[in-house]
Amino acid sequence: MADSIRLEVTRYRPEGDSGPEVQEYDVPLRKEWTVLDGLNHVKDEVDTTLAFRWSCRMGICGSCGMNVDGEPKLTCATFLSDYAPGPVRVEPLANFPIVRDLVVDLYDFMEKLPRVKPWIIRDDDLTVIDGEYLQTPEELDAYKQFSMCINCMLCYAACPVYGLDPEFIGPAAIALAERYDLDSRDRGARERLDVLIEHEGVWGCTFVGECTRVCPKHVDPAGAIQRYKLKAAKENVMAFLLPRGAR
Amino acid sequence: MSEGLVRAAHDVLIVGGGAAGLRAAIAIAETNPRLDVAVVSKVYPMRSHTVSAEGGAAGVIADDDTLDEHIYDTISGSDWLGDQDAIEAFVHEAPRELLQLEHWGCPWSRQPDGHIAVRAFGGMKKKRTWFAADKTGFHMLHSLFQTTLKYDAVTRYDEVFVTRLLVDDGRVHGVVAIGLFTGKIQAVTAKAVILCTGGCGKVFPFTTNANINTGDGMSLAYRAGAPLKDMEFVQYHPTGLPFTGILMTEAARAEGGWLLNKDGYRYLQDYDLGKPSPTPELRSMELGPRDRLSQAFVHEVEKGRTSDSPWGPIVHLDLRHLGAELIDAKLPFVRELCLKYERIDPVHELIPVRPVVHYMMGGVHTDIDGATPLEGLYAAGETACVSINGANRLGSNSLPECLVFGARAGRAAAEFASTAGPAPAVVEAQAADEVRRLERDLLAAEPGAERTSTIRQEMQATMEDAAGIYRTGPALTKGLDRLRELQDRVGRVGIADTSRSFNTELLAALELANMLDIGECILQSGLQREESRGAHQRTDFPGRDDERFLSHQLAYRNADGTVRVESLPVTITRWPPGERIYGR
Ligand SMILES: Cc1cc2nc3c(=O)[nH]c(=O)nc-3n(C[C@H](O)[C@H](O)[C@H](O)COP(=O)(O)OP(=O)(O)OC[C@H]3O[C@@H](n4cnc5c(N)ncnc54)[C@H](O)[C@@H]3O)c2cc1C
Ligand code: SF4
Ligand code: FES
Repeated sequence: MADSIRLEVTRYRPEGDSGPEVQEYDVPLRKEWTVLDGLNHVKDEVDTTLAFRWSCRMGICGSCGMNVDGEPKLTCATFLSDYAPGPVRVEPLANFPIVRDLVVDLYDFMEKLPRVKPWIIRDDDLTVIDGEYLQTPEELDAYKQFSMCINCMLCYAACPVYGLDPEFIGPAAIALAERYDLDSRDRGARERLDVLIEHEGVWGCTFVGECTRVCPKHVDPAGAIQRYKLKAAKENVMAFLLPRGAR
Repeated sequence: MSEGLVRAAHDVLIVGGGAAGLRAAIAIAETNPRLDVAVVSKVYPMRSHTVSAEGGAAGVIADDDTLDEHIYDTISGSDWLGDQDAIEAFVHEAPRELLQLEHWGCPWSRQPDGHIAVRAFGGMKKKRTWFAADKTGFHMLHSLFQTTLKYDAVTRYDEVFVTRLLVDDGRVHGVVAIGLFTGKIQAVTAKAVILCTGGCGKVFPFTTNANINTGDGMSLAYRAGAPLKDMEFVQYHPTGLPFTGILMTEAARAEGGWLLNKDGYRYLQDYDLGKPSPTPELRSMELGPRDRLSQAFVHEVEKGRTSDSPWGPIVHLDLRHLGAELIDAKLPFVRELCLKYERIDPVHELIPVRPVVHYMMGGVHTDIDGATPLEGLYAAGETACVSINGANRLGSNSLPECLVFGARAGRAAAEFASTAGPAPAVVEAQAADEVRRLERDLLAAEPGAERTSTIRQEMQATMEDAAGIYRTGPALTKGLDRLRELQDRVGRVGIADTSRSFNTELLAALELANMLDIGECILQSGLQREESRGAHQRTDFPGRDDERFLSHQLAYRNADGTVRVESLPVTITRWPPGERIYGR
């Protein structure tokens, strides 16, 4: 193995008048080093001005998503040695506005998230005094996969529909809606369907399945979208046959 | 107040969006829906370090368990330094808080009949640790965060970094903070402030903690005049991956994992922790407390019974006998992390591990309601020290601590804010001062001769040498001298980055300054505690000395920046100090 590898890193300062540029850095190539370790080497030893987000370095906080050689990746869980001999392109996540260098603007997702009402909705008002809601391991399994989303935004960076139509509510938000719909403790499916049935909700998706392919946590957002489309289609038939009050 | 300098005024402002901060926010919204709550966090709340917690959260729920047993385990685990009134309150309220999380959607692992499942954990005499597989913190944090989204009263300031508390005459009125996006420095005033900024593992070189765990809240409080309590107690977790420091949760041992030395021998049996049995026994062997297990590792190194790795001596965590099915059901994250970061499969292979800095028992001194000695200032979570953890925290007590004391601090701050008046005009001058400090002394200064990363590395090495698993007076003194040198040098750090947007170089410099304060408190408190208790082991004072040191230590900042340590009695209710007994 060569002892170093070249990173081609996107640089961008909002104060400048030029658009993003590429800067090259050579970093040590060690078998246990991730792309994030390479970036931290640059930050600590070479160029202190490079800006990027990271925190947990164990693939769970969802901060460190970037496009690595054109693919959305968690940089703390992507090893430099897999790209040897290099060079490796490190770019901000696609489909989001760039704030600075490798940092993108997540405002859009943070604003969409509450729209799908990602919390338990019930029609009773049981309190903790009444004890726990029972939930069997099988009932837990029904939604578990959709509860594993770390909000890393790799699926948005991979989604061709979101790239074209930023109004599309997007894979992770739909997966989260499905996570609560499938939770045996929840009664909010109706309310969420009303949100998702809108044009920008689920309909934009053309089933490319890129979201599921890039998801580092095996959430399968494409599966969630498919389930929603079925629900929405059924709902449309019902709406045609029955007045709303009777549904 | 002048246009632009003060961004907003709130009733209660919470610094931190981890488990403690979000729990506090909801408590306030529910206590008094008319109050306006703000959560300021330097990362999006769901990125907070709570997300990494793996093993579980303790709360008495099983039929064969009692509150008194959880209380006793926690007190003996704390080596009698925990305050017994606080521990009693904590143990009483933990199950209710965990149930509340259940009602908010947390996907707790279940028994076949649908009831909550509990697992064993270190130092606990009964099974009482609730878990969501081995991603407990992740699920708790996302459930809390998503639940906060439904409260309109909660305003969020995401990616906003607090640099200073506004204090007038011992009364806290808000904060000054930098918005990372634009770099704008502004004051946000509030009738009450709650610090929920988490731990400070980054003071050390090798830690399970995330990059953001730089103890900012401890330093904010300390500089504002509040004392930091029991800072000498730093928890080393016995099982971290050798290069990254990534945690192998204690749940791995609770499910039956063994610790083996280089001869394949379960060495804990040589350290008064009980006899090996094929299935795990509570409060015994691998389920002993963390301080004792990490100390045993050091003795194994001395006896030459550990293996070598490029990152120093290691022992092995053996899960092979548990089988793929159990590992995938109960410890899937452990397997995922081993495959990814060590390229080994724990179903078939031994996991190399070594002790790693994990948790801060000490923190901002608070009472049982999260109130600090400064009026209007509260603290909760890892950044606070109530203290329920004393000299050694038991695994799985921290997450419920965030909930119980986050909620308590939230309710207390809400009550205070309901009657308090708005911030006085003088705080504006303070805010202007702080803006000047950041603008002129840091951002506009010529790139200096010193580099943040170099000083940080030297600080971390100093801390490891002086405040490791075993300590001595001379090493602590030497470490303090080193830190004072670094304090001087940090003044000569320059910021090369001239952009205002997402200036992470500026942030790193501010975090470093915070960590140096904390480092000094740890070493000074450690120097003055001339005994060995829990996680603080002095080879020059090997015994526990209840006569002189059955007391907390409060570290105050002197006007010249040095540390002054005072003592405070421990609260004992029903459990007089005794011997800590494990495995017999
Ligand atoms: C790997 C790991 C595993 C663990 N497993 C367990 C376990 O199984 N069971 C258990 O009980 N405990 C466990 N712990 C301990 C427990 O997770 C932590 O003590 C707890 O999560 C801390 O929560 P918190 O709310 O106090 O802080 P955090 O979750 O760390 O949140 C701190 C918040 O403060 C904000 N903040 C900090 N500084 C600033 C600033 N200057 N300006 C603005 N915002 C700021 C951050 O953005 C963040 O939102 C574990 C710890 C680690 C490291
Ligand atoms: S669905 Fe997967 S890729 Fe998308 S945000 Fe969640 S974890 Fe990331
Ligand atoms: S740094 Fe947390 S997911 Fe990569």
